[in-house]
Amino acid sequence: MSVIVECKDLTVKYGKKVALNNFSVEFEEGRIVGLLGPNGSGKTTFIKTLSGLITKSAGNVTIAGEKLGTATKSIVSYLPERPYFPSSMRVKDMIDFFNDFYTDFNPQTAYEMLETLKISPKDKIKALSKGTREKVQLVLVMSRSAKLYLLDEPMGGVDPAARDFILKTILTNYSKDACVIISTHLIQDVEQVLDEVAFIKEGRLAMFKSADEIREENGKSIDGLFRAVFAC
Amino acid sequence: MPWKFEDDSPIYIQIVEEIKRQIASGELKGGDKMPAVRELALQAGVNPNTMQKALVELERQGFLYTQRTSGRFVKEDISQRKLREEQAQQFMKEFTEKMLTIGYDNSELVEIYEKYIKEEYL
Repeated sequence: MSVIVECKDLTVKYGKKVALNNFSVEFEEGRIVGLLGPNGSGKTTFIKTLSGLITKSAGNVTIAGEKLGTATKSIVSYLPERPYFPSSMRVKDMIDFFNDFYTDFNPQTAYEMLETLKISPKDKIKALSKGTREKVQLVLVMSRSAKLYLLDEPMGGVDPAARDFILKTILTNYSKDACVIISTHLIQDVEQVLDEVAFIKEGRLAMFKSADEIREENGKSIDGLFRAVFAC
Repeated sequence: MPWKFEDDSPIYIQIVEEIKRQIASGELKGGDKMPAVRELALQAGVNPNTMQKALVELERQGFLYTQRTSGRFVKEDISQRKLREEQAQQFMKEFTEKMLTIGYDNSELVEIYEKYIKEEYL
């Protein structure tokens, strides 16, 4: 098993505010990891650091052995919290855009997924609902053959049926050589697809365990343990 | 439709139990070829690693076997009857324990169950 994400003593600060504090963790290939934590715990900061959108303040991070930079951007597929395409674009334009940008993008896969979802490539972004926009964005992100997928709240704004579709998409595109990190607080919905779970609390890694271990040791679901650990 | 799982035990163990149930009920028969790990994982809505772990466990327990080139199969010589009896034992144990916690004693149990079967199922 080779390590995809190696993160050592990562610290990220916004001015004086420390968002990630000496965060160390390793994620291996072939794993689907849940990044779980309450609001403001540092989940998005961590994901944005790995995607190269935020510069770290201290520590070492490598992805598939490469230091963060242009090389890692080409092997990381990132789904942001909010869709970012201009609303005047059509779905097809976005596919062309991705195709131009990423050599590992497969337009065929994208078109097939859009068809299952009954989304027309001719539709303009502004004519799509919030949930549909999120689905389109996920389709694009999952149509790449990346080493690392970073999905930040992939199920935030979609209905339960679409959540099933999203999980199915993640499982269908599962690859033994890639690692998928899903950040979410809708734990119940994702728990059965997770291999491993990283609990993050106030910018620190509070726990990192396999999903089976959690159930075996606590006799609780991940959702149940989360509620117990982070009870307000 | 993904399978339903309980909260209190690891998912791979619940998959093992479900597949044993399918063998006991005859939905899966000796010699049947199992679908590929990926396909089964999708059906159940679980991670392929979890499904793999469950299938390896079923092999270890002697319910499945792998033929190197052609995939995974249900063992031919499994006694369906024995497996059914085992599962029945398990269900009866659960039922009895629950009834005891609400204050029934052993002799009452036989009586009440007989009455129930007669009224509800005959």
